[in-house]
Amino acid sequence: MRYTQITEKQERAMLEDIGARSIEELFSTIPSALRLKTSLKIPAGVSELELLRDVESLASRNHPCSEAVCFLGAGAYDHFIPTVVDALAAQTEFVTAYTPYQAEASQGILQLFYEFQTMVCQITGMDVANASLYEGATAAAEAMMMASSITRRNRLIVPDNVHPDILSVLRTYEREREQEMVIAPSKDGLVDESALGDLLDDSTAAVLVQSPNFFGCVEQLDRMIPKIQACGALAVVSMDPISSGVLKSPGALGADIVVAEGQALGVPLQYGGPWLGLMATREAHLRKMPGRIVGMTRDSEGRRGFCLALQTREQHIKRERATSNVCTNQGLLAVRASIYLAAMGRQGIAEVARQSFDKAHYAAAEIAKLDGFSLRFPQAPFFKEFAVRTTKNVKNVIEKCRERGILAGVPLARFGERYSDTFLVAVTEKRTRQEIDQLVAALKAA
Amino acid sequence: MSRVPGTRQVDHPLLFELGGSGLNSAWLPASDVPAAKPSDLPTELRAEAPPALPEVGELAVVRHYKRLAHRNFSVDANFYPLGSCTMKYNPRINERVAAMSGFAHLHPCQEDADVQGTLELLYRLRCDLAEIAGLAEVTLQPAAGAHGEMTGLMIINAYHRSRGEHRQKVLAPDTAHGTNPASCAVCGRDACTVRSKPNGRVDLDDLRAQVDENTVAMMITNPNTCGVFDEQIADIAKILHAKGAQLYFDGANMNAVLGMTRPGDFGVDVMHFNTHKTFSTPHGGGGPGAGPVAVAEHLRPFLPVPQVVKKSDGTFGWDADRPASIGKVRSFYGQIGVLVRAYTYIRSLGHDGLKDVAERAVLAANYLAARLKNRYKLPFPPPYAHEFILVPEFPGSDVTEHDIAKRLIDHGIHPPTMSWPIHHCLMIEPTETESLSTLDQFVTAMLDIADEIERDSETVRSAPHTMPVRRLDEVTASRKPNVRWKGE
Repeated sequence: MRYTQITEKQERAMLEDIGARSIEELFSTIPSALRLKTSLKIPAGVSELELLRDVESLASRNHPCSEAVCFLGAGAYDHFIPTVVDALAAQTEFVTAYTPYQAEASQGILQLFYEFQTMVCQITGMDVANASLYEGATAAAEAMMMASSITRRNRLIVPDNVHPDILSVLRTYEREREQEMVIAPSKDGLVDESALGDLLDDSTAAVLVQSPNFFGCVEQLDRMIPKIQACGALAVVSMDPISSGVLKSPGALGADIVVAEGQALGVPLQYGGPWLGLMATREAHLRKMPGRIVGMTRDSEGRRGFCLALQTREQHIKRERATSNVCTNQGLLAVRASIYLAAMGRQGIAEVARQSFDKAHYAAAEIAKLDGFSLRFPQAPFFKEFAVRTTKNVKNVIEKCRERGILAGVPLARFGERYSDTFLVAVTEKRTRQEIDQLVAALKAA
Repeated sequence: MSRVPGTRQVDHPLLFELGGSGLNSAWLPASDVPAAKPSDLPTELRAEAPPALPEVGELAVVRHYKRLAHRNFSVDANFYPLGSCTMKYNPRINERVAAMSGFAHLHPCQEDADVQGTLELLYRLRCDLAEIAGLAEVTLQPAAGAHGEMTGLMIINAYHRSRGEHRQKVLAPDTAHGTNPASCAVCGRDACTVRSKPNGRVDLDDLRAQVDENTVAMMITNPNTCGVFDEQIADIAKILHAKGAQLYFDGANMNAVLGMTRPGDFGVDVMHFNTHKTFSTPHGGGGPGAGPVAVAEHLRPFLPVPQVVKKSDGTFGWDADRPASIGKVRSFYGQIGVLVRAYTYIRSLGHDGLKDVAERAVLAANYLAARLKNRYKLPFPPPYAHEFILVPEFPGSDVTEHDIAKRLIDHGIHPPTMSWPIHHCLMIEPTETESLSTLDQFVTAMLDIADEIERDSETVRSAPHTMPVRRLDEVTASRKPNVRWKGE
């Protein structure tokens, strides 16, 4: 297949206008020693029909979680996506648009980003938000760099119960910046508050707390945030946007920067990406926030309009002094999240959160009744996900359930020896009581 | 940009100004489990009320986003001759494939056995990109081009560290993309500028004067942002390598050399691809992108983990056992949905089609330059790569490149890149997918605007005239930022 449209006759006429004898001549600046003498070693182009056969055969070798009963979570959630999200986000004026540098020709996407920023503020309880970042883990890394830049301090504290991928990404970023990253311990699924207190000092730039954390447990942010701030550090909170329907927002509890993985807001799982990083902060830190920010303004005739604001912060002007190199945002995923939130609305998000909460608690209670199964952290409050400990072989249990078409959970063995007997179970509003009962029966039989 | 029939060019209400209290447009089935106990959540952590999200019915939601879409330029409706951004046509097939249930609905924690199709696709893509780059191995993990830059620099830093060296200085030509120095800063390194000569090539004397044992790498784009292929590239590589520094290649302009030459062949050690530029994955109003990074043999050990691999039994899986790896730069595996689109595009074109891309892109750029050269100044001599720089010079007129850009909007054409890499310029990149008639329409628009500037420059200076809004006050938007709705 070719997507070019110039005919051979047109090509000859164009070359004549250029004053060149051949297309080859237009490449004369590439020294012949550097010219590729043979074809690239990739297959020749194919027709659309052949291409579809190829990709359909690949797709058919996957077993999507939509064809099973999915209790997988660990940072990626199978929430319901209303039909309007796919229908409206597929409009090619959103899909094939460029970054809206030319405001007059981009009012649609700019207004949408402004509304998105507002809704992110409403969910996080913060003053200002950007128009999205790559995904949750890089958003957390950006937040920690931002906190360092605000406090002019170098020590970052991260509890060991944040998502392992957030930890890995933070390590990768911080190694290059010669910052000190300290891992704080957790106890019974929650941040060990007294150990955290001992680690805080006046060189601490920020503490990242994830709530609900990697194990699904809800942290006592109300107690931790003031302690973090008392030493002059910033409290960075990574949240689940869906939890805002049930949990008090990090902003209401005093957080300085809030980040989140926005996948749950109408973005398909797509084997891990593309997803959507959310970031919000206090008004005072607006100019330190990375990424695209859209502002409301007026045109030369006084009409309301929107444009990119505060572009002087990053690579556009500062370049060498930039604290972030983020250049794009996840525009199309922000479109999806916006439509999702608009469609769900205030009551919808509350209902999604409430049902996820209730169903997870029903599932946890039923699983805990089984012989050989118990909650790993029975004392910790949780939202929609919980860790299950079993005396049986985790791998076998998961495999037996999979044979029944149930993706029972994410084994935690790869996160360390001490979790080899544990798996994480996530329950969204999409799961029915019958499906939960099937899971319980499958675990019992495993 | 089209208007929704029957709408006047007035303020379009915000989502928050629509609808009435209590409405929503998505319903869930009634819950079929007992409610959790109040004691399951401490009172101090429980929300008193749900977030103040909009409350509108489904039709209002549909009309709202329909109208927003109509207020937007897009590649499907508008020509984007946007230098260094390669806004080519995004084939429909890419979207169809990415939306296939087998690709779209995979959970990243599913067993490898359940995702063999995706893993094979990623493995094939990894190999194709290495071949296109002429380099040893590719990581697909970075989330965007600039993220790839950062990853590439981290890989180079890890390489120097492995040799017991800490190097601090990263060189970049004065025509470099703004993200290059910013990526250095994120990696805790200092960006230093290397001068360009008047012909748009790197000044080798300045390069020789600056490169030393403290140099991490030079970041270069070739063909560069002046639209010229710097034929000294192999020498540049030699100068850097002699001091142990690495050559980093910014893949933004790969469209111009696909199948003609390979970065690995001209001495590059690391490069990133911009999938949305080179491989037609749509830009989505700013993203998502993906920024695969290719490296030469000696840098393989430092690639991020996990890496998709073909195992000895012929199945595919993830290899996380790379002790020298820089670690992860993103959660899970990367922008898989974007990579599926890039794979689809590469398979559809194949080696012959990719070469055709470079040929047609270069033909189109040189054609536009030839057609415009009598009315606009071309500061660099032809032939050009897939983009070229044009400078408006109208004696006695104070019309700027910005005014011309805004006037193009009235012709339904997205403005070119402006004021970079040199002052008062337009950087024009037609891409390979535009028809001759579209190219000619652009020529006509540019010539009309030139006439207009000479005849009645006020029309140009006050453009655009056909959009829902006139020129926006961007200064106030930054000085007194209003970045969220707080109600009237």
